[in-house]
Amino acid sequence: MTVHIRTQEEIAARVKALEALMIEKGIMTTAAIDRLAEIYENEVGPQLGAAVVAKAWTDPEFKARLVANATAACAEMGIGGLQGEDMVAVENTDTVHNVITCTLCSCYPWPVLGLPPNWYKGPEYRARIVREPRKVLREDFGFDVPDSVEVRVWDSSSEMRYWVIPVRPAGTEGLDEKALAALVTRDSMIGTGAPKAP
Amino acid sequence: MNGVHDLGGTDGLGPVPVPASEPLFGADWEKAAFGMFSMPFRAGFFGVDAFRFGIEQMHPAAYLLSPYYEHWAHTVEHYGVAKGVLDEAEIDERMQYFLENPDAPMPERDDPDLLAFVDAVVKAGAPAGRPSDKVAKYAVGDRVTVIDDSPHGHTRKARYVRGKTGVIEMAHGTMIYPDSAGNGGPEAPEHVYTVKFTNEELWGAEAAEPNGVVYFDVWEPYIEAAS
Repeated sequence: MTVHIRTQEEIAARVKALEALMIEKGIMTTAAIDRLAEIYENEVGPQLGAAVVAKAWTDPEFKARLVANATAACAEMGIGGLQGEDMVAVENTDTVHNVITCTLCSCYPWPVLGLPPNWYKGPEYRARIVREPRKVLREDFGFDVPDSVEVRVWDSSSEMRYWVIPVRPAGTEGLDEKALAALVTRDSMIGTGAPKAP
Repeated sequence: MNGVHDLGGTDGLGPVPVPASEPLFGADWEKAAFGMFSMPFRAGFFGVDAFRFGIEQMHPAAYLLSPYYEHWAHTVEHYGVAKGVLDEAEIDERMQYFLENPDAPMPERDDPDLLAFVDAVVKAGAPAGRPSDKVAKYAVGDRVTVIDDSPHGHTRKARYVRGKTGVIEMAHGTMIYPDSAGNGGPEAPEHVYTVKFTNEELWGAEAAEPNGVVYFDVWEPYIEAAS
């Protein structure tokens, strides 16, 4: 078996070579690269999904629309686009816990969660979350799901993009949408964690 | 293809590395690599299915050991060279230049249309749904079995669901068929369904965790009515 595993320096140089050549050939520009990165660093991230969840927690009619058609419900809030053209929001309850993955690559609902963390894209999570989700959640994420709660794993093998509506935490009755959104974590919408306590 | 990218159910990889926090891009080269889906897509290098197939053709050891965005650089190189837009010797030569001059600046070029495209594509996306006259063969509630074969080329028929029987939970209409589009063929839309499999069906009664299911999306040619 002959395969060369590149060092960070080699990867950086290879990517720079591709970048430079594609700039020269009219395919890329540094301004477009920076703008694309900036969108996901500052504009599109899990704060958008958190706002959707908080609205669903406070507005039962919106939640019904979100569960029926997540793409359309998110569009009401101006949320949608690349890698979330067709979204499905799956709801956690006292008896059901959902978790998302992509065992074949790294599919993830960008418009509501932004870009995925490295562990979501890495081999360990993708290999194990479909086979032993309870063990992964407990041992790797410190999140214990009792056997009485059904675990539903969504493997995003098509262009449908799944994400999780977590259970509204107890003791949040008096909170408004904005305060609730601050409790909704990225991991609670992946299904590898719970929302923060108030 | 039966590639290492098809990871579902693989044992022995160890714990999931979950840092307390991490930057969105670990290095500047990752930002550039992140631009190597949407911009070469605009230039006609690939659709998303072909993009994935380019990644799947990495050496399995390199696939597992390389940082994520190197996968993107790999598939761009694969298709850029295949299309004659990029040249392997030219890339090698330029790579050597940047190894020796890591702080050398990028060529300067302005392209307002490309900049506008970036914002537009993030907002609008690139939907995979395609109209088709095809009548759906299956409906929600049907029991179906994933055909157990090993096609060459790109497929989304993961090994861990092949030969397994489940129940259709959702029907999504017709979408681009990756087994065609990912292999250089036409979009050839097919009906897409979400199929629910029990843990016992996937892993056997002894290995399966209790009280759990896996949902997996299939295109109609992947399945047949369960016997």
